[in-house]
Amino acid sequence: MTAPIAELEVRLLLEAIFDRYHYDFRSYAMASLKRRLAQACDQLAVATLSGLQEKVLHEPQSFSTLLQYLTVQVSDMFRDPEFFSALRTRVLPVLATYPSIKVWVAGCSAGEEAYSLAILLQEENLLDRSLIYATDINTQALRLAAAGVYDLSRLRGFTENHRRSGASTSLSDYYHASGTSAIMDPALRRKITFSDHSLATDNVFSEVHLVTCRNVLIYFDSALQNRALRLFGDSLVSGGFLGLGSKESLRFTDSVTRFEEVSMPERIYRKRSGHA
Amino acid sequence: MSRVELVVIGGSAGAIDALREILGSLPGNFMPAVAIVIHLPSAGPSLLPAILQRPGGPRMKFAEDKEPIEAGTIYFATPDYHLLVESSRTFALSQIDRVHYSRPAIDVLFETAAEVYGERLLGIVLSGANADGADGMAAVAQSGGLTAVQSLETSEMTAMPAAALAAAPRSVELNPASLAQFLRAHGESDVG
Repeated sequence: MTAPIAELEVRLLLEAIFDRYHYDFRSYAMASLKRRLAQACDQLAVATLSGLQEKVLHEPQSFSTLLQYLTVQVSDMFRDPEFFSALRTRVLPVLATYPSIKVWVAGCSAGEEAYSLAILLQEENLLDRSLIYATDINTQALRLAAAGVYDLSRLRGFTENHRRSGASTSLSDYYHASGTSAIMDPALRRKITFSDHSLATDNVFSEVHLVTCRNVLIYFDSALQNRALRLFGDSLVSGGFLGLGSKESLRFTDSVTRFEEVSMPERIYRKRSGHA
Repeated sequence: MSRVELVVIGGSAGAIDALREILGSLPGNFMPAVAIVIHLPSAGPSLLPAILQRPGGPRMKFAEDKEPIEAGTIYFATPDYHLLVESSRTFALSQIDRVHYSRPAIDVLFETAAEVYGERLLGIVLSGANADGADGMAAVAQSGGLTAVQSLETSEMTAMPAAALAAAPRSVELNPASLAQFLRAHGESDVG
């Protein structure tokens, strides 16, 4: 492990990245970010963050490598099955009362959660009138998501998660295996719009009924958490739902009064009516 | 003696009994905050705070993301997330890569705590089966903090305390009862 890295050097690097590549990591939680940057220095064979800064400024391809360190890509289909189970019993019956349903998966990574939600909506016969917006800042992850192809070895875990979410169908109904790959059903894919969107710099793009943003906010500092939650609140219809990661909550944020709790073990909230 | 404001404790196999003995001896007015990483199988919820909480003892809970670190509270890392300390003296959770195949990892907590708390930090490594915690103890010592390990003869598994001792050679080596006493001595409110 290298010596502790001065926050000044980190801030200079993040400013440079923002100027040069328009990716804004300046409000990311520092402790995690510093560890990831130290790993990136090892990977890119530079001794210091100043060295890393020089490299990514002059070699755009090293920035692509660095970006994979700066964005944490950890996800699974039907991750935290109880979350999907709670969506099924507490949220979808309400969404079913709308003529059309819009869902925003913020920080969708390689698409696991977006496909999971599409399957969930299909199981409840709601997919026909639903549209899922799935956004991320990592264009490489978005390409994987749009392809809808996963390593077949991951499907066993996905299948178990899906079963535990109270599924009425089998996950194998929604993909076909080809070699070592699982290819998601294009009928699901057609209901998902994958796009580049930054919670740090972009704004509301649609009115939605459900936002899920799980294990994204933990990588943000308080100011950026508050910004993202304001975007979610502004996007949601009155009475719309918000799902966070199992260890995330509104407790230490300024959106805490804008939402009411629906199902706390699963971190599902609902935008209070009367709030703009 | 400079006052310890945060105690970080790490362990894996065989650490629970020592932890129970140490935490069981802490008075309700114990001043420092305590943050604990114990490696457990990641499946299923951990019950540690519920198991170890006792009437009249310090408050025990899982550390939450962005939670301010409060004196006199004992925090546990939540399974499958690293626990980190931010310079604002708040906790952060993260699912960045495993360290020594572990998440939460002792090194991650200790190293981030060392940067923030410096000489106001006490690091303790208990019984355990791998080298997680050694880099962390080195960081604690380097930042001027105190370090202690569970004595090898009382450790069910010695790999972890032995590695910690090698990485931070000035660590005191104590059995659980003495660790508890050591902790109390550094955590009394009138020690300035």
